[in-house]
Amino acid sequence: MSILIYTENFEGKFKKSTFELASYGNEIAKRTGTEVVAITIGKVSIDALNELGKYGVQKVLVVKNSELNDFSVKAYSVAIEQAAKAVKAEVIIFGNNPSGRAIAPNISVKLNAGLAPGVVDLPSSIKPFTVRKKAYSGKVTVDFVISTDIKVLTLTQNSYKVIESETEISISNFDVNIPAGLYNAKPIKTVMNTGKLSVTDADVLVSGGRGLKGPENWKMVEEMAEILNAATCCSRPVSDLEWRPHHEHVGQTGKVVAPDLYIALGISGAVQHLAGVNGSKVIVAINTDADAPIFEAADYGIIGDVLDVVPKLNTALRQFKGK
Amino acid sequence: MKALVCIGHVPDTTSKIKFTNNNTKFDSTDIQYIIGPYEELALTRLLEIGGLHITVVNVGQKETETTLRKALAMGANDAVRVDAEPTDAMFVAKQIAEVFKIGNYDLVVTGKESIDYNGGQVDGMIAGFLDIDSVSGASKFEIINDKAVIEREIDGGREIIEAKFPFVTSAGKGFAHEPKIPNMRGIMMARRKKLKIMPAFEQEQATKTGTFYLPDAKPKCKMVQADNVQELVTLLHEEAKII
Ligand SMILES: Cc1cc2nc3c(=O)[nH]c(=O)nc-3n(C[C@H](O)[C@H](O)[C@H](O)COP(=O)(O)OP(=O)(O)OC[C@H]3O[C@@H](n4cnc5c(N)ncnc54)[C@H](O)[C@@H]3O)c2cc1C
Ligand SMILES: Nc1ncnc2c1ncn2[C@@H]1O[C@H](COP(=O)(O)O)[C@@H](O)[C@H]1O
Repeated sequence: MSILIYTENFEGKFKKSTFELASYGNEIAKRTGTEVVAITIGKVSIDALNELGKYGVQKVLVVKNSELNDFSVKAYSVAIEQAAKAVKAEVIIFGNNPSGRAIAPNISVKLNAGLAPGVVDLPSSIKPFTVRKKAYSGKVTVDFVISTDIKVLTLTQNSYKVIESETEISISNFDVNIPAGLYNAKPIKTVMNTGKLSVTDADVLVSGGRGLKGPENWKMVEEMAEILNAATCCSRPVSDLEWRPHHEHVGQTGKVVAPDLYIALGISGAVQHLAGVNGSKVIVAINTDADAPIFEAADYGIIGDVLDVVPKLNTALRQFKGK
Repeated sequence: MKALVCIGHVPDTTSKIKFTNNNTKFDSTDIQYIIGPYEELALTRLLEIGGLHITVVNVGQKETETTLRKALAMGANDAVRVDAEPTDAMFVAKQIAEVFKIGNYDLVVTGKESIDYNGGQVDGMIAGFLDIDSVSGASKFEIINDKAVIEREIDGGREIIEAKFPFVTSAGKGFAHEPKIPNMRGIMMARRKKLKIMPAFEQEQATKTGTFYLPDAKPKCKMVQADNVQELVTLLHEEAKII
């Protein structure tokens, strides 16, 4: 019996969210008296693989197969399904990110395993297996019970902390058997966003709304992001107006984020906006309107003109950071 | 070519969410139901492409027919309602997979996620049941000859995918620009379009929801004077310990 985690690598490296996954899996393994096995697809350096042991992973299965050179939900699912069977996985955990969200439902059908998407906490009970997830676009959370023998979860990023738990780790290749040309959907091109920290990876987000008046005023937003080592994001109208790129749009119909700190500049705080950001640990709002709903969601607020307050705040932050 | 579009019947995005039965059951009093916003984009885009026979499908009880009629008014050709309570995602996906097989469809489009259940899983599960590929969270969608070209966001960027029929895709932001609003003629025509009711196929329930928790009332927002930004920095450092 084991807990299987899918550790996605990005050009051979793992991200913090992978270590969250390992830590989370390790805690469940402790409770169920099993071990954590990680599966990773493609080429990863030995150092990176060994690092998984720091967070409790006892075994790593490295899968290399030319049918997996391009991402295909179907082909990846076949590989993970074979690994899950080989290690008798009782719980299979993915990150709640684009690839995890794509593969998990497929695995769930193949293994007749109930799926809890976007869990935000450790199981409150193992029997019956009960986890907490968000519902109604982040407006509430709910206890979610999986009744099948095998359980599949996707873990929301930044909802579980990275916990060190050094263990002996064994690394081995795992051969999978994938019929050639299995897939009918094949990536033909990948375009990466340039250099900057991505909205889903950042611990701090600086977000701008229509209150910033126009794209020409985003310099100060970017400056704040740079000081705080944050990523920039925006409300929906801002991306609809093409003031900012679409991948920065957060909210119910954009990205759902849960950073440690979310700074809302000139954002009214409409329910659909809050739905995507109310998982943030601390929210700061700056808005001219004292009655803006964002202040009901915020922890700290300033009533004022962003064009006037933000430059001053940037100076103070810069001083504090010694930058 | 025949497309199946999965339509969720969901509470309006501005709804105040309440529960009954000791916080285990959604309270639908005074709730307006709508087509899921992503499904609206899915249907809009397929209508824009044109030349497709589009069936809208919902797994639900009688009350969802008003939502299916709205989809017909937008321009879908016909509708299917699988007559059952949508107990969980696996059950819903199984129903849609069966409808797909019976109708010999070429493509299934769902929304990226339902705005009540927030699973984002029905599309992948349909693909699992049909043993075909799936592309989730598509932000652009074209049909070029006998293939579809789909763009989707991935971690830190986006990828462009070429998909051969049949496949499943789920529509996210960008799939269509603005949802199509039905006109009077569409609404009149929708009344005469076919809405078929089918009995459910067997599928065991794998998951269920228990107690819902409303967020704890947030402590009041601490206000800082606009001319004293230094105080905010201090609070974030010393009190919130976040910077
Ligand atoms: C189905 C649906 C889905 C949606 N999904 C999303 C979503 O995912 N994300 C999202 O963000 N929205 C979404 N929306 C839109 C949402 O309802 C709001 O319209 C939107 O969030 C408002 O954006 P905003 O706060 O930037 O702009 P506005 O509502 O125009 O607010 C601007 C704010 O800035 C303040 N302001 C103005 N000037 C200044 C100044 N100089 N200094 C400081 N403050 C100033 C104003 O007081 C106001 O509060 C959705 C809507 C629908 C119907
Ligand atoms: N009861 C249902 N009937 C038809 N389609 C549904 C139903 N529930 C969910 N869907 C579709 O599946 C998508 C994803 O739903 P979910 O996995 O619940 O987030 C939705 O956007 C809909 O397109």
